[in-house]
Amino acid sequence: MNLTLRVWRQSGKSGAGKLVTYPAKDVSADSSFLEMLDQVNQELVAKGEEPIAFDSDCREGICGTCSMVINGIPHGPQRGTTACQLHMRVFKDGDTITIEPFRATAFPVIKDLVVDRSAFDRIQQAGGYVSVNTGAAQDGNAVPIPKAEADVAFDAAACIGCGACVAACKNSSAMLFLSAKLAQFRHLPQGQPERVRRTVRMVEAADAEGFGNCTNFYECEAVCPKNIPAHFIAEMNVDYFRAALLSREFDDVNKGAEEEG
Amino acid sequence: MSTINLDAKIPPGPLATKWSNYRSQSKLVNPANKRKFNVIVVGSGLAGASAAATLGELGYNVDCFCFQDSPRRAHSIAAQGGINAAKNYQNDGDSVYRLFYDTIKGGDFRAREANVHRLAEVSTLIIDQCVAQGVPFAREYGGTLANRSFGGAQVSRTFYARGQTGQQLLLGAYSALNRQIDSGKVTMHTRTEMLDLVVVDGQARGIITRDLVTGKIERHAAHAVILATGGYGNIFYLSTNAVGCNVTATYRAYKRGALFANPCFTQIHPTCIPVAGEHQSKLTLMSESLRNDGRIWVPKKANDTRSPDTIPEDERDYYLERMYPSYGNLSPRDIASRAAKRVCDEGRGVGPEVAGVRRGVYLDFGDAIRRLGKDTIRQRYGNLFDMYKKITGEDPYTVPMRIYPAVHYTMGGLWVDYNLMSNIAGLHVLGEANFSDHGANRLGASALMQGLADGYFVIPYTLASYFAGTPLPKVGTDHAAFGEAERQVREQIIRLQAVNGNRSPDSFHRELGTLLWDNCGMGRNRAGLEKALKRIPELRDEFWKNVRVVGSADDFNQQLEKAGRVADFLEFAEVLCLDALTREESCGGHFREEYQTEEGEALRNDQDFCHASCWEYTGVGNRPNLHKESLAFENIKLAQRSYK
Repeated sequence: MNLTLRVWRQSGKSGAGKLVTYPAKDVSADSSFLEMLDQVNQELVAKGEEPIAFDSDCREGICGTCSMVINGIPHGPQRGTTACQLHMRVFKDGDTITIEPFRATAFPVIKDLVVDRSAFDRIQQAGGYVSVNTGAAQDGNAVPIPKAEADVAFDAAACIGCGACVAACKNSSAMLFLSAKLAQFRHLPQGQPERVRRTVRMVEAADAEGFGNCTNFYECEAVCPKNIPAHFIAEMNVDYFRAALLSREFDDVNKGAEEEG
Repeated sequence: MSTINLDAKIPPGPLATKWSNYRSQSKLVNPANKRKFNVIVVGSGLAGASAAATLGELGYNVDCFCFQDSPRRAHSIAAQGGINAAKNYQNDGDSVYRLFYDTIKGGDFRAREANVHRLAEVSTLIIDQCVAQGVPFAREYGGTLANRSFGGAQVSRTFYARGQTGQQLLLGAYSALNRQIDSGKVTMHTRTEMLDLVVVDGQARGIITRDLVTGKIERHAAHAVILATGGYGNIFYLSTNAVGCNVTATYRAYKRGALFANPCFTQIHPTCIPVAGEHQSKLTLMSESLRNDGRIWVPKKANDTRSPDTIPEDERDYYLERMYPSYGNLSPRDIASRAAKRVCDEGRGVGPEVAGVRRGVYLDFGDAIRRLGKDTIRQRYGNLFDMYKKITGEDPYTVPMRIYPAVHYTMGGLWVDYNLMSNIAGLHVLGEANFSDHGANRLGASALMQGLADGYFVIPYTLASYFAGTPLPKVGTDHAAFGEAERQVREQIIRLQAVNGNRSPDSFHRELGTLLWDNCGMGRNRAGLEKALKRIPELRDEFWKNVRVVGSADDFNQQLEKAGRVADFLEFAEVLCLDALTREESCGGHFREEYQTEEGEALRNDQDFCHASCWEYTGVGNRPNLHKESLAFENIKLAQRSYK
């Protein structure tokens, strides 16, 4: 296949970026989208030009490192698929493909298609865990968990933290990501003791990072490579609302925030 | 030759009580003193994240480093099938001893008894810990944990979370790590690569790193350094590893004096998606768990290109079931891989011809779908089937999968004693990066077990024992050793950029990988290894004369990162091949064609090779010194490994 690429090139955080056109020649339909970019990069290096910077690691759809907007859609046109698992047979010979970074205020560009998603880590540091020290666990079968609930927890835990949900949202909302993290614990007995505190702290952390609110367009669900359902957002809102009405922790967190800032 | 003390420091007493005695008698650091110790953890996969989190919980000050943009992306995330534990929840006869025995036998009697027994002992604690963290393991309708069986075992002891067990366990360890970051006990350094180890008066006291975003070279001092940086399978270019996986951290520690043990013990996994063409950047594993329900076969006739559904039952060769009736499709990885190579060498492979040979065998779910229904199969393996379809464009519910072996894991690694400490005091090595538990072949679902055992349940004890028993003078980053290490790191970067030749780092990596796969892959022989040992230095010379590293060193520069890693692979490749050449026997994943039984199975030589081969660096291009740790089997009898 022969293709024309229009790729976002940006030298750094503050540099101005622009779309630059490159030919992609003799691409195998069996290669992955990133292997196609590898091939273009080898040609750029041969010419002494800087290759296109993009993030990837496992290249089997599970690490969540790859992150690019392909023809206007995070991870490209195939549903439930990361960019690394998107294969060129999805495109047609002669196609022009536009490739841009995930765009959000909370995901500043590092270079070209590489963005800084450390905001996701900071959200998880604000409570995405069960407080149990190593060695303090009881037997794994001591608390039976209904299969149906365990399956829902798994569906939520399948989130790979790639950030496509944010890139797809006109408000740059991280609520699909956030709600998936919360839902995993919400549906397990181990998550109950810290449920309210976790919800409040993680929601506040996401707000502080500059992610927007959900206005129910569900673009996030449509682009999620792991098909995380948007109804987790409703569950999160219920928990957050309950915390606002009932919880002293909510006041404590707010008070803490006021004192700090 | 320098004198190196290869004392494994195995505690005295009967095998089953060594670890409990060790824990009762080892020295402790009191809670108020723990905060006076700084620990560096390099790597944030299962071993690194679990170690950093647990040491943080205990009160140590931890700095954790990873080259990825988030600790959650370490390649443990990609492990699919499961994690072993001797829980015996299935009442099928499992026990700590049986897991220990299966692991020693699976490793073809080339691992240390005491380490493996400890691993089997703590395996049960890992499951409890992960459940408590909220890891969503597969469950039965009654709410209890589900199990499945894996290669090399006749019991069902593997715990799993669909086909994404590594992801869920890593997210568990990552959550524990996040809790410590939240509490201020762990400082995380992402997009930061370790480029050298700093050794002061024989003790590991710090590292030199490069910030991959700004290019800044930095010094970090500590009282101990823990490497949990994974394996070196990517030296073969095509492997199931993530594209970023590399040998740099362990190799540079080797250059500082740490011994590299058994580098030739590399694992070729039998069930991966076959190579499709030149463009390929990596190979994708299809979990071994698929062999629970999938049947492996090839046509009985050579060059049979009929479509699989038109080949009648009596013209199919279910070769694993035929050759190994008691384990069948669940034979261990090394054995299943070699059998696949053999049938393809005979011209009975399936799928497209690549370089003149059809390299693929069928993994067929037809029988399982007829027996259990499509829904059950989808529940068990749905995500794997989807992944296969995305990559190949074929639907495994209707067409048998095609699979072929690929490089997957490396059993070799830095030498460590029972305390997981290398021969450099204070340098500890965990998980795949060390050599300790899997001998010459790792059984399925044992890598996750080892990574978490080392990080959660071993290093917290052994590190305390090191701190309590070792005088550690105050050393800051202003020490001359830091200056010297930093100078060397900077010099290498400048050298890489100065070559300004015509070939990309990637092209050298690809050529090295092909050379190794052809001569030091599934089958090895003297002539091939000698050829590789002659070619590697030539290729390395060419690299240093003709590599082209574009871009600046003071910027985000993936070409520079890659060039540094390839430079290390080009040196390490010699150690790998030399180890394969000097181990004149076949065992586990190391198959020397000169040493096989009449049936073509691995022929061990316990008389001469019942040892770990530990290599000491003597300079680039120089033959490293060989030190041997002999393995004593006091509790089990060495036997020819049989899965028939």
